Amino acid sequence: MADLSLSNGRDVAAPSRSSWLGRARPRSSAGEAALRRRRKLGPGPVIPYGAALGPVLLLILWSLGSATGYIDDRILSAPWTVATTGWDLIQDGRLQDNLWTSFVRSFWGLFWGIVAGATLGVIAGLSRIGEYLVDGPIQIKRAIPALALIPLLMLWFGIGEGMKILTIALITFAPIYIQTHDGLRSTDARFIELAETLDLSNAQFLRHVVLPAALPGFLLGLRFGVTYSWLALVVVEQVNATSGLGYMINLARTYGQTEVIILCLAVYAALGLSSDWLVRFITRKALPWRKILAD
Amino acid sequence: MAQDSRGLSPEPVVRVRDLTRRYGERTILDHVDLDIGRGEFVALLGRSGSGKSTFLRALAGLDHGVPGSGGFEAPDAVSVVFQDARLLPWKKVVDNVALGLGGAAPRERALRALGEVELTARAEAWPLQLSGGEQQRAALARSLVREPELLLLDEPFGALDALTRLRMQALLLDLCARHQPAVLLVTHDVDEAIHLAQRVLVLDQGRFSVDIKVDLPDEPGPRERRFAEVRAHLLTSLGVTERELRRVA
Ligand SMILES: Nc1ncnc2c1ncn2[C@@H]1O[C@H](COP(=O)(O)OP(=O)(O)OP(=O)(O)O)[C@@H](O)[C@H]1O
Ligand SMILES: [Mg+2]
Repeated sequence: MADLSLSNGRDVAAPSRSSWLGRARPRSSAGEAALRRRRKLGPGPVIPYGAALGPVLLLILWSLGSATGYIDDRILSAPWTVATTGWDLIQDGRLQDNLWTSFVRSFWGLFWGIVAGATLGVIAGLSRIGEYLVDGPIQIKRAIPALALIPLLMLWFGIGEGMKILTIALITFAPIYIQTHDGLRSTDARFIELAETLDLSNAQFLRHVVLPAALPGFLLGLRFGVTYSWLALVVVEQVNATSGLGYMINLARTYGQTEVIILCLAVYAALGLSSDWLVRFITRKALPWRKILAD
Repeated sequence: MAQDSRGLSPEPVVRVRDLTRRYGERTILDHVDLDIGRGEFVALLGRSGSGKSTFLRALAGLDHGVPGSGGFEAPDAVSVVFQDARLLPWKKVVDNVALGLGGAAPRERALRALGEVELTARAEAWPLQLSGGEQQRAALARSLVREPELLLLDEPFGALDALTRLRMQALLLDLCARHQPAVLLVTHDVDEAIHLAQRVLVLDQGRFSVDIKVDLPDEPGPRERRFAEVRAHLLTSLGVTERELRRVA
């Protein structure tokens, strides 16, 4: 029986392997086939660095407008004015200093936002009692606009760094909490059944099923959280600050320096884009099993 | 009927008595009795919605909160193979097989089980990279590596193409011959049931309306006759009329 079954088993595998090759070969063979394979529906083929097309076009229009005088310098400074201003600000160190201050604020706010969001999300996601205790207040807090909380926070915590970091943390923790909680709660019922049939212990179930299933949710929340941390930065720095990018913008507004404002906006954009890219990078590394779907 | 088989299997591993399960007003399982002998291969047929999955899930202990009565004895080591392979997408194939595996060297045993289903080469792949048949083979390996005394299969090959299904059936027979679990296979496919099982049940109106030993002889002639006989019997009890049977057969 064993002999027979072994040969049978080999029979099972061999054709599946060769059919795999059989499918792969003709695809790569003819150029004509590649042409026909191009998708008729859908947005069209990928162009390298195509994502830069829109921004570059905008930049060109902006330069043309400024050079020909169509765009008033008091409304929108020319690109080169912005660039030279940026250079000057870097030379005397003001840009780096303010950027660093802002970055540190954002970082710590986000850090505590992640800690709080993930912790509360896990508490609410894993236990019913925890959900009853935690979820209600958070939903109420979420219903109150963050800006409306600032006066109260200023009364309680003054106008120092602590209050700024706390505000950023309060704004960033919400999406992280929601996505983590949701991810933990929406574990596929089929996998719960599987865990039961495999006689997994509670700890094994958490470690192998629930937490990995919730990880994509947490990372999505993180992505929102990072974006929100820059938004929150703008809020706290423009309300009350003596340093930071938001402060620079406020000051520039007082003196009518559009080039400084635009420079700061460009820095915000760079920060936002690069941090978003970083989170996406982390996501790809943390979820290797998902990458193959995109390939 | 179930009572007949009780005398025939001296040492049942599964003993179902008076099992009743209800969804709302509808009684899906109506005082069902069943014995399955050690190493016996039983197929369960029935129309869609007749309660086959309900019965299997009851045996697997997965029907929490479904109202009902009666009881059953089943061994501790029960494995289930579902229609979908149900591999955790975030674990490599071998880690899926080894998931929750107690005892010594779980990974080595998982690899050996993958060898039995000829998947050694794909052990380090992600489940999403496997074909449907390969995924189902991994699921088979995962259930067999636990050395179950009872193997429950709920339409495990339902989603596979005919060729792959044929190969999976042969593989299942080999594996069962080697590991000797008692098997309850839920299927829609009458031919599959006769080919694989020693005994076929039909679930109808909440009861086992048919409980038949297949006993295919070895000589080709009698074998074919017996096959046709059992097949006609099963199809008739599943509601296929004489005329329909003659038209197709
Ligand atoms: N969770 C549920 N709630 C209410 N009714 C249910 C539930 N699960 C199943 N049923 C009903 O119980 C009956 C039996 O379902 P079951 O899944 O056991 O059928 P089945 O024989 O496995 O059918 P199929 O061959 O289509 O898989 C069906 O009529 C179904 O509608
Ligand atoms: Mg079913």
